[in-house]
Amino acid sequence: MLRQLFSFNGGVKPDPNKGASTREPIARLPLPPQLIIPLHQHIGGTPRPLVKAGDRVLHGQRIGAADGNVSSAVHAPTSGTVVAVEPRLMPHASGLSAMAVVIEPDGLDLRIEREPFDWHAATPGEVRDHLRDAGVVGLGGAVFPSHLKLSAGTAGSTDTLVINGAECEPFITCDDMLMRSEALDILRGAQVMRKMLAARQVLVGVEDNKPDAAAALKAAAAELSDASLDIVVVPTRYPAGGAKQLIRVLTGIEVPHGRRSTDYGVQCFNVATALAVWNALEHGEPLTRRIVTVAGNVERPRNFDVAIGTPIGFVFEHAGLKPDTDTLIMGGPMMGVPLPGVEAPVVKATNCLLASSPALFPPPEPEMPCIRCGECARACPADLQPFELYWHARSRNFGRAQEYHLFDCIECGCCAYVCPSHIPLVDYYRYAKSEIWARERDKDAADSARERFEFRNWRAEREKEEKAARLAARSAAKPAAKTADVADSAPSPADAQAAAPATTDPKKALIEAAMARARAQKEAAAAKNTDALTPDQQAQVDAAEARRKRAADLLAEKQTANAPADPSAGQNDAAR
Amino acid sequence: MISALLVMLGLALALGAALGAASVLFRTQGDPLVDKIDAILPQTQCGQCGYPGCKPYATAIAGGDADINQCPPGGDEGVRKLADLLGREYKPLNAEHGVEKPKSVAVIDEATCIGCTLCIQACPVDAIVGAAKQMHTIVADLCTGCELCVAPCPADCIAMVPVADTVDTWKWRYPVFDLKPVMHAPAKEAA
Repeated sequence: MLRQLFSFNGGVKPDPNKGASTREPIARLPLPPQLIIPLHQHIGGTPRPLVKAGDRVLHGQRIGAADGNVSSAVHAPTSGTVVAVEPRLMPHASGLSAMAVVIEPDGLDLRIEREPFDWHAATPGEVRDHLRDAGVVGLGGAVFPSHLKLSAGTAGSTDTLVINGAECEPFITCDDMLMRSEALDILRGAQVMRKMLAARQVLVGVEDNKPDAAAALKAAAAELSDASLDIVVVPTRYPAGGAKQLIRVLTGIEVPHGRRSTDYGVQCFNVATALAVWNALEHGEPLTRRIVTVAGNVERPRNFDVAIGTPIGFVFEHAGLKPDTDTLIMGGPMMGVPLPGVEAPVVKATNCLLASSPALFPPPEPEMPCIRCGECARACPADLQPFELYWHARSRNFGRAQEYHLFDCIECGCCAYVCPSHIPLVDYYRYAKSEIWARERDKDAADSARERFEFRNWRAEREKEEKAARLAARSAAKPAAKTADVADSAPSPADAQAAAPATTDPKKALIEAAMARARAQKEAAAAKNTDALTPDQQAQVDAAEARRKRAADLLAEKQTANAPADPSAGQNDAAR
Repeated sequence: MISALLVMLGLALALGAALGAASVLFRTQGDPLVDKIDAILPQTQCGQCGYPGCKPYATAIAGGDADINQCPPGGDEGVRKLADLLGREYKPLNAEHGVEKPKSVAVIDEATCIGCTLCIQACPVDAIVGAAKQMHTIVADLCTGCELCVAPCPADCIAMVPVADTVDTWKWRYPVFDLKPVMHAPAKEAA
């Protein structure tokens, strides 16, 4: 059957460099002396650790439980002892650490007993929970929890399930080798996904530079004899493996800004994710291993089946890292990020480990001014204007960059690849994106602080009102009580205090007594620094005392003179 | 002549009625300028500006009683944004009100806390949890780093701890070529 294919704008055709790592089949990498399994390997909440240092774990045991729905579990890839649960270096451009479970394998590889899961009989919700607890996330690079994408909340609205086997980035061949060896199970996984989404058809897109993979898939499809399955060979052009680009090539649907492909009835998964779904449902196998391409400046470029958590240095040892290597990259040469060190582990997102040398990837030429040639706009597969984005990101004019749809940029690197001025355009976009995210976080924090502050003020106000109301009620009730027990009029001091407004004679007496006590105390208390004075100081003190006395006398005189009927006195007081 | 007058009169009445209706229907609550200024302020409610909270400071700026450079938590960028919004000249932060510090959160040393609740009363955003004679603790996600709880603490058990970057909050750096110091440059290098 001939299918009409469509095309996306832009794109580039870099040298694929895929030959070296596809010569030999996938090799199973032995277990390293220590596995470092980061808890947070996917988009969404960080899983809660379920083990602590000293615990024994078994192969396939859950060591981190999904935190909330937008999260996914992590599992132990073998049996052994938990050495530590502590922050470890992450395979991330920041070079920062994050919580990880460190396991020392015991070499026995004892499996945890699998709980049988009859996914044929289970409800879609149960299947999704099972996938979440099996740690299945998108293995194409975005590591988005797969169970969220398989939601039947939009039942019947999904028309096409796209399985992405394009693998367009140079050097990376992990999906290619996986399709060659596991074609049948990939397609079985795709069938399960199709059922969950109630989609009409499944389109598996494979670039035409992978004829072996396409042939294997076609043979497997023939074996399954499923009319809804279609293996489509698409032209090789980077980045045909981008979700939006592949959807456009296969279905002709162009997903506009701010919308998702699901709005147009298309959902997209990577081939390795389809296999992980199948393994999780049919074999109860959680995601603990993945295929990693090791390529670039190594003696034996190859694809390895690696336990997640294996230190990157251990993987490179097996591939034979050449001595002139200067940088290690996770991912491909176009989109990969430099690794901060060989201690960082392989994670679910690690599709390729690339060793770079000055000969293989010459250092970037110095950045020259933008000449506005527009080459980047011609190359952009997301139909953006990279030079405008660059201009606004460079001048930290983030609002304008967003107006030019910065967040539609998939960071494929086509613009930087074609730029005649060698501007590291993607670096500017990454910088602008992370700045905007930081600002949004700050803004959210400020909004929540404002809300809490206003609520606190409102509460304080309410408490004040309530107290005033209580007091008013009490003082209204008191006089009534007073008149009631006026018969036994020998009020206790407490009673007298409570009935403040009612000035009865006993109360006046009490106050008088208290004031007298205070006066007596004041007179008794002598100034502390008045003994052992020199005659000079004594004279000064005496003079001051005399002045004070005179002032008091004068004041008394004035009051007695003015008090009777001087209307200006009151005014003076007020003015004072 | 009469008809022209009537037309004008009719027009005047109709437009007047429309304006009157609009002023009732589209009445704005509060002062939009104050809200715009308030949106720029960092909402730490720390009072370093000399006003009891961000909203009063925003009101004072809008009323012309306060300058735009009195908010240390907002920092230089905050001053620039205010200058942009109000069409005023940028001026550096007034050191009288404090200096810009990296974002910190308060942390209670739980072993030393005596449970006096003074910090709870001081916290403007209710970020401290505790009860009388019980240990208190600070919800780090809600803490704005205003430092208002530090002074009232009689046991001196509250410390301000700068927030460290995590993998999720880390930011890509502005792309620049690192300028490497020349080998024979004077040994005194900027720290």
